[in-house]
Amino acid sequence: MTTATGTSRRDFLRTAALGAGGLVVAFFVPGTNRLAAAAPAAAAAPFAPNAFLRIAEDDTITVLLAHSEMGQGIWTSLPLLLAEELDADWSRIRVEHAPAAPDYFAVGMPMQFTGGSMTTWTEFERYRRAGATARALLIQAAARRFGVKTADCRCENGAVVAGDKRARYGELANDAARLTPPKTVALKDAKDWTFIGKPARRLDSPEKIDGRAKFGMDVQFDGLLTAVVARAPVFGGTVASFDASAARRVPGVRDVVQVPSGIAVVADHFWAAKLGRDALQIEWNPGPNAGLDSAVLQGDFLKTATDDGLPANQAGDAAAALAKAATRFEADYAVPYLAHAPMEPLNCTVRIEKDRCEVWTGTQFQTLDQAVTARITGLKPEQVTIHTMFLGGGFGRRATPTSDFVSEAVEVAKAAGKPVKTVWTREDDIRGGYYRPAFVHRVAVGLGTDGKPTAWQHRIVGQSILGNSPFQMMIKNGIDATSVEGVADSPYLKSVADRHVSLHSPELGIPVLWLRSVGHTHTGFVMESVIDELAKAAGKDPLAYRRELLAEHPRHLGVLELAAERAGWGTPLPPGRARGLAVHESFGSFAAQVAEVSIDNGAIRVHQVVCAIDCGIAVNPAGVVAQMESGIVFGISAALFGRLDIVNGRVQQSNYHDYRVLRMNQMPKIDVHIVPSQEKPGGVGEVGVPPVAAALANALSALTGKRQRELPLRATS
Amino acid sequence: MVSLTINGKTQQFDVPDDMPLLWVLRDVAGLTGTKFGCGMAQCGACTVHVDGAPLRACVMPVAAVAGKSVTTIEGLSPDASHPVQRAWAELDVVQCGYCQSGQIMSAAALLKAKPTPTDADIDAALSGNLCRCGTYQRIRAAVHRAAELAKG
Amino acid sequence: MSRLLPHSVVLLLLAGLAGCNSGPDPAQRQAAVDAFATVQKVFQHPRCQNCHIPGDQPLQFDEGLPHAMGVVRGPAGHGAEGLPCSTCHGEANPPASYGPHAPPGAPHWALPPPQQRMVTIGLSAPELCRMIQDKGQNGSRDFAALLKHVSEDKLVLWGWNPGGTRAPVSVPHAEFVAKFKTWTDAGAPCPTG
Repeated sequence: MTTATGTSRRDFLRTAALGAGGLVVAFFVPGTNRLAAAAPAAAAAPFAPNAFLRIAEDDTITVLLAHSEMGQGIWTSLPLLLAEELDADWSRIRVEHAPAAPDYFAVGMPMQFTGGSMTTWTEFERYRRAGATARALLIQAAARRFGVKTADCRCENGAVVAGDKRARYGELANDAARLTPPKTVALKDAKDWTFIGKPARRLDSPEKIDGRAKFGMDVQFDGLLTAVVARAPVFGGTVASFDASAARRVPGVRDVVQVPSGIAVVADHFWAAKLGRDALQIEWNPGPNAGLDSAVLQGDFLKTATDDGLPANQAGDAAAALAKAATRFEADYAVPYLAHAPMEPLNCTVRIEKDRCEVWTGTQFQTLDQAVTARITGLKPEQVTIHTMFLGGGFGRRATPTSDFVSEAVEVAKAAGKPVKTVWTREDDIRGGYYRPAFVHRVAVGLGTDGKPTAWQHRIVGQSILGNSPFQMMIKNGIDATSVEGVADSPYLKSVADRHVSLHSPELGIPVLWLRSVGHTHTGFVMESVIDELAKAAGKDPLAYRRELLAEHPRHLGVLELAAERAGWGTPLPPGRARGLAVHESFGSFAAQVAEVSIDNGAIRVHQVVCAIDCGIAVNPAGVVAQMESGIVFGISAALFGRLDIVNGRVQQSNYHDYRVLRMNQMPKIDVHIVPSQEKPGGVGEVGVPPVAAALANALSALTGKRQRELPLRATS
Repeated sequence: MVSLTINGKTQQFDVPDDMPLLWVLRDVAGLTGTKFGCGMAQCGACTVHVDGAPLRACVMPVAAVAGKSVTTIEGLSPDASHPVQRAWAELDVVQCGYCQSGQIMSAAALLKAKPTPTDADIDAALSGNLCRCGTYQRIRAAVHRAAELAKG
Repeated sequence: MSRLLPHSVVLLLLAGLAGCNSGPDPAQRQAAVDAFATVQKVFQHPRCQNCHIPGDQPLQFDEGLPHAMGVVRGPAGHGAEGLPCSTCHGEANPPASYGPHAPPGAPHWALPPPQQRMVTIGLSAPELCRMIQDKGQNGSRDFAALLKHVSEDKLVLWGWNPGGTRAPVSVPHAEFVAKFKTWTDAGAPCPTG
């Protein structure tokens, strides 16, 4: 499958010869300084900053990431793609986050962002092509130097070789930089891959085990102050009046400024800013959301589910078919609001100067942050430099359509007139909004005499994450696809002639946002719970029943069979334990999981999760395994503990003691199996999450005989 | 004025007595390897060693450790050669990495107290360190591996 | 030497010793038994009993929930190896500015050691009464040592100054000590039934 690809985008992969020597491939991005924040004016790098890769005379190959590393492993997977076609010496690879610039827009999209489990598969061509183009130029340069034909040259481990002649890439970089890149480059056949598909260790590991890695929180430079912001206790609340005199008396406090989101205390360091905030006296106008109550909302959602909403998938006449079905199954499911709670609390550092602004932060949304910063500062976007730092977890929280934590930090720095790092506390994070919305599903399924669905009516009620956002235009016919993904496109519905999936999207004042696996966080739970319930109604084994329903869906079946086999589905378990099964497609990949649970001392104990994943070509199998483990842990945390309660418009939880996440002593054994595949790569970062809650609920149902239809799950129902 | 010996170097800090050690380390001493995650000893990201014993720096007033010897992730070893760091590298433990300074400091404290820990020992000693990326399985394996490496 | 003897023998000896004295008069005995009700109230207050538990996982909060993070008693009562109590619990309560949920502190924050668990939780009044004076369980303390413990031990005193939003022990400390003394002065008689 050798592929010849043209340079489809104008100027893609142009070269620039630079006086300091070396080869620069890809776009030239002017005026950006990628040096550590602590030394912004340090000696210039050998080359101007640029896109995708640069090779220095010392053989160092620097790969620039168009996306953000937040734990998902692209710091390693994108260099693997590039190194594959470059025949690079892996030990000479260095990695940097790219600056915010159009050159780094996601493939086919007008913005630079990280999300949707898209990075590795959307960059599968572009980063390989970048490597292949560099390789072609290095070969040309070597052929000239050696006086041989390019056909007589080959590349190995960071050098071009022809007969007994050999030149390292660093030695060729200056010459290669003066050549015109080829119009097309040939990519390797998959059978010749030496990097792709082989487990690779993470390239960001060394700096993350000795404290060197710089997260947004770690940005420091002379003159930088720290701010902590008092925000309204109710979403949409505003400051009526405030008295900052006590706050100003706190040693170390330098200023108190009002910004659109509240009152910021600016100080020499975090602790003084925090004490200053504690000392603020603020009268709040609570605004229109002071009466919001999540328990009441759930009741309202259930009432709303009495009627059909806007159709998201319909065929035939579901209501009529339900009426005449041999058996009818009906159930309501509910999931609560959830916070992302990444380990690194939100933060953003901003330095505004006369004709430029620099922003240092861990962000998933550089283009938007840049535009928002430009608007607030009155600068042009290209005058705004975004330094993407390592993200201490993202899970979607660091990609808000409002750039909330960036815009606020820019407002603070602007009002203070000084460089400021705005830091959120954990309490600010848990109570600061942008939650996975609560949802209610009302499901009615008609079953034939063979126990298979003949009619399916499915109503979903919950806030739209795209509504009232810059992504509003993605809502088609009133349907926010992220609210119904995993139901509207479910394989189980495809063979049901009479079906009706509909959506209600109530507008409420609670800020909502995508959270790792987005709509699949709840649709995976609901669909795979329903299927288990239908299997039980049909008197069939959950695996056998799914096999029947998924007969036309080989990749679903593939992961299902693999997970079931490796988990020993159907084999005896110790007393007091039970297994549950779930399979779900998301982000272009397929995952099945078998969970084994017990109830121990009044708590749900998850002993083991066996996971099978089909993500097409697994670029870095070690990374895929890690992401499955990660998604499973994330999913278990949500399924066992995740719940935000809103009373009188105020979020009740505040920190990890009451917004709990899984700990080491609760960690199950996780066993991941990758389906060998040459299908095109799919997503990985979010794919492990959707089946977990259902696998646990199904296991608990098998254990106790009682079905739980609401998250989080309880040890006693 | 508070005197601390941090990673072998004795320094004086002109900070309030009740300022948490964490913020003295991060914002005054400039040692950012020790992380802020929760501010209430719930997540363990701020774990350091004080006179050799583990401590959550976010809830410890600096005056309470005056005159003592503080070791941060930056001082655990000069070259990432501590057995725990070597095991972490070998088993590719990290993901986002934000919690890992604390995980490593807790694991080092465990191995010091219990050179050959069981799984139960690991549960008991490391359940105070949260990892939102879910690296626990590799952390467990790496603690066992570090125990082997420490024995040479 | 009492450590070498079975508890029942110790109790018999104690009972015998008490019998050798002239013993409290019935009124004094009744007053002591009444005083013990206050002693029990204190010993079985969440601030005290959360760590005086039969198992290995201490409790926390007024509700007596299992301590988060899988915290355990450990080989000496000072927590797990690698996660001693002192990792989070300092020598004093943290300043109020640390928030109501920061871990409280007092000197030698610990559980009783596993060999002498001094279990108070869930005991009936007679059981608690016998346990407190059982040198096999109480850290080999005689009445004087017990009185000193409840009067002066800084970890005990923390129960009256627990910090945050924790409920302090409901009986004033002075009253508790007085009742304790009344009880032990009378030979620490136990309520019946």
